[in-house]
Amino acid sequence: MLVFGVIGIIFVVTQGALVWSLIRYRARGDETTEPPQIYGSNPIELAWTVIPILIVFILFLVTTRTIYSLDMQEPPEGALRVKVTGHQWWWEFEYLDLDFVTAGELHVPKGVPVFLDLRSADVIHSFWVPRLSGKTDCIPNRENHLWFQADEIGTWYGQCAEFCGTQHAKMLIRVISEEESEFEAWVANQKLDAPQVPTPLNGKEMFLSLACVNCHNVNGIMMQGGFAPNLTHLMSRDTIASGAAENTPENLKQWLRDPNSIKDGCRMPNMMLTEDQIDSLVEFLTTLK
Amino acid sequence: MIDKTYSPLSSKLHEWVTTADHKKLGVMYIVCGILYLFVAGCEALMIRWQLAVPENDVLSAETYNAFFTMHGTTMIFLVGMPIILGAANYFIPLMIGARDMAFPRLNAFGFWLFFFGGLLLYFSFLGGQGLSGEEGAPDVGWFAYAPLTSTTFSPGSSTDYWIISLFVAGMGSIMTAINLVTTILTMRCKGMTLMKMPIFAWMMLVDAILILIALPTLAAIQIMLLLDRQFGAHFFDAQAGADPLIWQHLFWFFGHPEVYILILPGFAFVSEVTPVFSRKVLFGYPLMVVATVSIGFIALGVWAHHMFATGLSPTILAYFSGATFLIGVPTGMKVFNWIATLWGGQIRFATPMLFAVGFIAMFTIGGLTGIMLAVVPMDWQLSDTYFVVGHFHFVLFGGLLFAIFSGFFYWFPKVTGKMLNETLGKWQFWFLFAGFLLTFGPMHFSGFEGMPRRIYTYMPNRGLEFYNMLSSIGAVVQVFGFGLFVVNVLHSLRKGKPAGDDPWDAWTLEWSTTSPPPPWNFATLPSIASRRPLWDSKHPDDPDWKYE
Amino acid sequence: MTSQPNSISVPKMLPHGHVGMMSVITTEIFFFASLIVVYLAYLGKSISGPTPEELLSIGLVSINTVALLASSVTIILALKALRSCNQKKFLAWLFVTVALGTWFLVGTAIEWTGLIGDAHFTLQTNLFGSTFYTLVGFHAFHVTFGVCALSFIWFCGFMGWVQKKHHQNIEYVSWYWHFVDTVWIAVFLVVYVIGR
Repeated sequence: MLVFGVIGIIFVVTQGALVWSLIRYRARGDETTEPPQIYGSNPIELAWTVIPILIVFILFLVTTRTIYSLDMQEPPEGALRVKVTGHQWWWEFEYLDLDFVTAGELHVPKGVPVFLDLRSADVIHSFWVPRLSGKTDCIPNRENHLWFQADEIGTWYGQCAEFCGTQHAKMLIRVISEEESEFEAWVANQKLDAPQVPTPLNGKEMFLSLACVNCHNVNGIMMQGGFAPNLTHLMSRDTIASGAAENTPENLKQWLRDPNSIKDGCRMPNMMLTEDQIDSLVEFLTTLK
Repeated sequence: MIDKTYSPLSSKLHEWVTTADHKKLGVMYIVCGILYLFVAGCEALMIRWQLAVPENDVLSAETYNAFFTMHGTTMIFLVGMPIILGAANYFIPLMIGARDMAFPRLNAFGFWLFFFGGLLLYFSFLGGQGLSGEEGAPDVGWFAYAPLTSTTFSPGSSTDYWIISLFVAGMGSIMTAINLVTTILTMRCKGMTLMKMPIFAWMMLVDAILILIALPTLAAIQIMLLLDRQFGAHFFDAQAGADPLIWQHLFWFFGHPEVYILILPGFAFVSEVTPVFSRKVLFGYPLMVVATVSIGFIALGVWAHHMFATGLSPTILAYFSGATFLIGVPTGMKVFNWIATLWGGQIRFATPMLFAVGFIAMFTIGGLTGIMLAVVPMDWQLSDTYFVVGHFHFVLFGGLLFAIFSGFFYWFPKVTGKMLNETLGKWQFWFLFAGFLLTFGPMHFSGFEGMPRRIYTYMPNRGLEFYNMLSSIGAVVQVFGFGLFVVNVLHSLRKGKPAGDDPWDAWTLEWSTTSPPPPWNFATLPSIASRRPLWDSKHPDDPDWKYE
Repeated sequence: MTSQPNSISVPKMLPHGHVGMMSVITTEIFFFASLIVVYLAYLGKSISGPTPEELLSIGLVSINTVALLASSVTIILALKALRSCNQKKFLAWLFVTVALGTWFLVGTAIEWTGLIGDAHFTLQTNLFGSTFYTLVGFHAFHVTFGVCALSFIWFCGFMGWVQKKHHQNIEYVSWYWHFVDTVWIAVFLVVYVIGR
């Protein structure tokens, strides 16, 4: 607020002086002599050097104080700790004390500080959920930190804020802050292995045999991936492809048909599946609640 | 009087291609810069078309990424740099009473390096391969952050085009800077001490010294990147232990001075135009000089304000924040000096003055949003958003480009001997002013709403549609302004009113020659007694040197 | 100008070449500064591969260093001879300068042959490799350029083509040569002394 105020006053004063001089000192066209030539004025020039220095000094003090007060390099008592890894072009969230991994959407309890360890698996990304906090970059070979606290229930939208390649625009983040009890329930579900639901169309077998498992982990079924989002509880998410599309069976099918149609240039190859394979895979995927 | 004999096109072409005359080279630089302005402008139009509505599909992600990269790279290196260096080339010798630059052949060499560097950059559209192997042109952003630029993540050759073309063009800029520093320091006419040279010369001197300091750093990291990409080095290879922030620190050590390199000549143009069209001497020349030199120094120490979100320590953040605030002081001093020059004057609103006043107003706004960005916690929200895009377009478009048009309308008569059309000029100004505000004003708000930079599309229902639509409409309005400019120039070159030596009743030495000046500039080299030699000769009873 | 103040100050102007060469040297300072900064930033940060302590021996390089620094002295002597129009002495000292510069380059080549051939240590080995070869290499490149320029001058002198009007320019080339030597002092200290 202080900043807006200071900037606002400077704006009004300078633009006002400019506009006033343009109106007041407009040539009338009938002048015969040049106006008085003023070469300078020591007092005036001193004033408009010293006053801005003072203004700037105040802004500097306020800024420095805020920087230090927001700085937090260690998680506070009772904080929820999540390791965030930016990938091209999706977000991986590992809940450190709770021991599970998910992707794309971050659930947090209301009113609890959340402390993030920010890392990158490839290029520089930047984690940013505007209504919750400022942004901090995810830089390979470096661990940065960010903290926030959601004091209200809601779904907060964010996205990657450092150009990271082709699909930077669709590297979206959703943070869902909920009551403690709902959060606990969500956590409990996330910690479980994938539900063992029979799949008449043999989707699970197909998933295991079609190289999906080489990238995607599904806890309790196969854990040799890790390069791509963990799908154990895929259906607990609102969106797929880190926010690129709503999480519906139709979109899942379209994704499998041709990932580039939803997120052109993404790292998931087109597996050239037949419609039958797609149907049975989606049947399997929809069991991953 | 030179005998105008018939010369065939081939000999005219030969004359221009082999010239080492600072005036011809200046014209060539500016013409190329203006052509690239239109190319980069078309890239911008495509960007605004794509962003007019959410989830648009006019451009693919790859193409969009190449367009925004090329738009920025072109505007900075192929529009900004050549126009300012071309203007310096043309006018410094004339303003300081010299016959040419210190090293005419180096001058020519520098121009051709720029020329071929620019062509190489654009050849990439045909020859190169982008991030996903499709688009040819560079698509890693104009500041090309590592490790996105490594061969792992940028497998095609587009990034190599970026490196090599800018390296070559940068060499050209360095050569021109060497020439400018030498010329200004050693070729001033009799009587012209450093404190008696036009303020334009001071600004170009500081500018050239900044180029000497900043451009080599860019060259060094470009070499390192090329070694990484083509020879297996590990400068920016995270797997080998490299720190991607090294690229950022060194790039911005170049990059921040670069933006001052771009704007100082804008200050120079406006500092020459404003006095003439207010009929008053520039207010506070000595402190203007001090402010200019201070800006030069401080500009070298603020680079990490582009890196506030990278996780630097609070102490480092505080230092760079403070230094950035500090640079606002001398910059503000200049704005006050310009306003004080207007104050008490007899302001003539010819086109050069419209653009100069537009500059003062818009650049001040851009400077104020810059101060906001220096507030680190605010920057954590606003960095890498459209707020920053708004900020730098206010200083570079409303600032530099308006100053360029101001200078263009002011000096076109001197260079060509013909006046530009005032009516078309005024219409151009108002179209550009309106279009500019409409395009870049809303960006401050979409930035606050959470719209990051460099995204080829955005989601609906995030509060961004309205601002983006306004921005895109503004782009269309600007087209009319630029179109009027082209019409004005082409028409005036053929049918413009003859200008005479001194159409604006100005006071610096270039107005004492014919329009255009003869190849040797001055029949006899002048000797001066004050900063406004022509004021002295027009007002022998009340010369400047009595008061300076 | 019809009215003049009582005295017009005539600013004393430096020759073009002075300012020109100082500007060139300024750009080179910042170029090498960037390379040195990166070298220092990455010192000790290589994840694997040999370290400076293991690979670099100060012995041979010290001799090279002495040679290069001596060449700065000999070039001063050469210029002195030139200014007093002693063609023979000028050519002699210039020849020694070129020889010392060449010795430096040969010495560097020998060192690198050992590093690349025996230790298989290249630009690609690790961070140290990348920064070492780039920094030392670009310096050597600048030395090579200087040796070529000085050789060309020597040849012109030998053919009798050098006249009084060229003396100043030859002095500028010597400034460049002194600068290259000064950079080497910095590189030597950073790479072979501090860095090990």
